[in-house]
Amino acid sequence: MRVTGLVKLSADNLTCIRGERVLFRGLGFALAAGGALSVEGANGAGKTSLLRMLAGFLIPQSGTICLHHNGSDSFDPEDRRHTIGWLGHADGAKPQMSPRETLSFYARFYRGNADSTAGIDAALDAVGLGRAADLPSQYLSAGQKKRLALARLKISARPLWLLDEPLAALDTNGKALLRDAIAAHCAGGGMAIFATHDPLGLDCQTLTLGAP
Amino acid sequence: MSAAFALLMRDMRLATRAGGSAALALAFFAAVAALVPLGVGADPVLLARIAGGVLWVGAVLAALLSLDRLFQTDFEDGSLDLLVLGPLSLESVAATKIAGHWLTTGLPLTLLSPLLALLFNLPPSGTLALVASLAIGTPAISAIGAIGAGLTLSVRRGGLIVPLIVLPLLSPAVIFGAGAVIGALDGLANGAMWLLAAFSFAAVLLSPFAVAATLRLNLSS
Repeated sequence: MRVTGLVKLSADNLTCIRGERVLFRGLGFALAAGGALSVEGANGAGKTSLLRMLAGFLIPQSGTICLHHNGSDSFDPEDRRHTIGWLGHADGAKPQMSPRETLSFYARFYRGNADSTAGIDAALDAVGLGRAADLPSQYLSAGQKKRLALARLKISARPLWLLDEPLAALDTNGKALLRDAIAAHCAGGGMAIFATHDPLGLDCQTLTLGAP
Repeated sequence: MSAAFALLMRDMRLATRAGGSAALALAFFAAVAALVPLGVGADPVLLARIAGGVLWVGAVLAALLSLDRLFQTDFEDGSLDLLVLGPLSLESVAATKIAGHWLTTGLPLTLLSPLLALLFNLPPSGTLALVASLAIGTPAISAIGAIGAGLTLSVRRGGLIVPLIVLPLLSPAVIFGAGAVIGALDGLANGAMWLLAAFSFAAVLLSPFAVAATLRLNLSS
């Protein structure tokens, strides 16, 4: 596992055009290690587009995104592949695979080493999926799949978390779990950027899209 | 390397599980091969002559059955986003998924083919050439098919378009593959097997780059 030591993320003068419509223009922000950023805005304001841009899926029509590490600044794919943890609308749960299999796969895929069974069990218990660990994911509820995605995000060990509507389908307890996970991640020097309609109750910067 | 291995194992597990594509492709291949002698009639000489061509076309169609889902399910359930942000380059992800498809489709089809060759009264020399040509040529089906699967990723009902894109590109494999079987029957060294090997080698080597480009295109839309 490569130690990334991400110290800052900056975005400058970003423009996003979807179809023929300008979603945002001249958008810029900077986030330091340990920081959290809440992206707010009405439906269709471009929250998902901004997050997909930060993940490198979408190419901005103008502007730059930069990941500042100790001694190097870049936004190349190689860099992103070791930096970004993603939690999107689609939760990435395979219907035929159980939460335990899913987590074991991503532990191996992201980190290159097989996590101990105890590590996987602990991660599943931490998000309240201990009892559903061996159930095929097709029998999980939407909220349980979101919890599985949170567990996957935690074991992926990435410094920058991008979360798109992470609260969707989560119950009160799940929301608290998510908030605590983000708080712990940031307290450990990580960064988190999340798009959400409901306040998470975290101490964070706010970026409002679609504001005049 | 272990990330690629983990992905390969996951894909193979999904393909061989209930609802997976591996058994379906084999059953389809067997059904086509069993139906042709019924339609053509019990002429052992004729059947032996057409065996190579029929089984090659059957193998291509059977492999295509599962190809349109190669990236589609990962795209729809969000797994593709997660794979792109993993430690592997997109080219490596593409190559790994192609390998997984071949191991769960092309290889089993190859292993089943000598059994189906019996239905066509194919002599041992022809069967040997058939198995060798499928072993050499089926990786090209997975590799070129993956390009079609990547291109149609965001197209609804893409499953119907993939064969239209891929079949013309696979015609060299069918020509050389069936040609190698005929060559063996006639005792001619017609070089078809070498041309097939060259075609397959080029396809496997180059397609991961093309597939990665199609995936990038679809993820950015």
